[in-house]
Amino acid sequence: MHWLVEPGFWSNPVVGPALILGAVVAAVSAAVGVVVVVRGQSFAGHALTDVAMAGGAGASLVGATPLVGFLLAGIVGGASIEAAGAERVRDRDVATGVVLGGAAGLTALLLYFVSSSTSATGSTQSVLFGSVFTVSPSVVPLGVAVAAATLATLFGVRRPLLLSSLSPELAAARGVRPRVVSLVFVVVLAASVALSALVIGAILSTALLVGPASAALRVSRGLVGATVGAIVAGVAAVELGIVASYDSFYWSAAHRSVPVSACVVAVVLVEVAASAGWSRWRRGRG
Amino acid sequence: MGCEPLPAGRRELVHVHEVEVSLGGRTVLRDVDFRIAEGEFVGLIGTNGSGKTTLLRTILGLQPTSSGEVVVAGREGRRGGPVGYVPQRVTFDHDVPVRVADFVALGVDGTRFGLARRGRGVRERVDQVLASLELGALAGRRIGALSGGEQQRVLMAHALASRPRLLLLDEPLANLDLSGVHETIAVLDRVRRSEGVAVLLSAHEIGPLVPVMDRVVYVAQGRVACGTTEEVVRPEVLSALYGHHVDVLHVHGRVVVVEGEPGDPGAHPEVVVR
Repeated sequence: MHWLVEPGFWSNPVVGPALILGAVVAAVSAAVGVVVVVRGQSFAGHALTDVAMAGGAGASLVGATPLVGFLLAGIVGGASIEAAGAERVRDRDVATGVVLGGAAGLTALLLYFVSSSTSATGSTQSVLFGSVFTVSPSVVPLGVAVAAATLATLFGVRRPLLLSSLSPELAAARGVRPRVVSLVFVVVLAASVALSALVIGAILSTALLVGPASAALRVSRGLVGATVGAIVAGVAAVELGIVASYDSFYWSAAHRSVPVSACVVAVVLVEVAASAGWSRWRRGRG
Repeated sequence: MGCEPLPAGRRELVHVHEVEVSLGGRTVLRDVDFRIAEGEFVGLIGTNGSGKTTLLRTILGLQPTSSGEVVVAGREGRRGGPVGYVPQRVTFDHDVPVRVADFVALGVDGTRFGLARRGRGVRERVDQVLASLELGALAGRRIGALSGGEQQRVLMAHALASRPRLLLLDEPLANLDLSGVHETIAVLDRVRRSEGVAVLLSAHEIGPLVPVMDRVVYVAQGRVACGTTEEVVRPEVLSALYGHHVDVLHVHGRVVVVEGEPGDPGAHPEVVVR
């Protein structure tokens, strides 16, 4: 493994928790992302990252764990997008945009207070760009628990969720309540955004949500295959990103590391480009 | 043009009882009252905008009534009854990652929450429905990659998968060419016999349905009337329905409905549409 990782990687105490939390979070984001792409809700996913940012900034102002702030804000923001009750795609877009704008404004205000207070040094950095190497070890069990609950919920609602994603009218005719299903899903989405905000930061969490999912959806034909593929791609991106970020300390004489978030997003982009190339090549052949 | 009685020896499945429906303050259906028997093939005929879709949605429980009630299989109509539904416009994006067999399976277990895996019974039922609709070869394809006609057939399989006692189809013939129309009707007639399911199918043209229909429910000016095909497929009745002259020709044992131009003289004012 010495060709891949620099010396000291495995013995460094921050690496183990980072790899565990990163893998768990990537798996949740990828699985949720498949549904996001199928439902055409990438924009809502991105809006929730802005909402989560406001929550993370608020949490660091009051000295709480950012994950709690990400979660609470995301759930409130997601529920308010759903409560706007927009059934038509365009109305939903507008409701999402309004929530996004409000949240971004709140984020700016809160981050201003955070950056002007001396007690919360580094918080702005970790809210925006993630903090997987500096996350306190006590947050890891909480993160894993939230991830497990999120995956279990997604798995439990998968059939009504898929049916109402394909056709709300068909689902309603069968007695599914599409509003209830989409409210549950937006909470799942908020939790997944909160988790990835913790690892790679709120700004870049959309990439981890949509990137692996869209790559896997290009390559696989069925939903099970796409979900498994997305999880593999997402976990690989985060783990490779963590390794690359750690290694990058040794790449230059000045010893300036590349942030984890940038490394993860770079790997995601490579995956998306590769899947696009592969599906084009396959279409050209067939 | 009464709707009673049901065909001899058939048990009642649906009773639409004195239903009135308003959309946005406008009454679109009034005094709608008819029954459908178990296993019957009923055509719901009317011009575009006459309220056929609203009536189907009312039977499904998707559209509230302002008065009256719908009883399906002895239960006052609400969502989730033993009713399969094929809406008029469902199109799937090309890249929706759902296989035909999986979509049809959602017809059985798409309402189920929980962690349990899809059972063998569901998969066997899916194979059975796909075979009876001659879709077996498409089972592994993505639904979005199919043609419009194939997608519609898959929607029928989805609707039938839960073994409904009533199958509602909203204008399933509208976008098919002539051979597609006859093929779809033949398949539906065969499936309703093998599955023992009643069919209520909306269309704006009655002609192709005449050979298979047990009875007709027709909609005009927000009211309905119904009867057997023989009672309804008559010039005076159809002329009153369409508001202009219609001829019914019997040619080589087939019934051909020929519409005149709107405003044509020859409508039969003595026929009152109930």
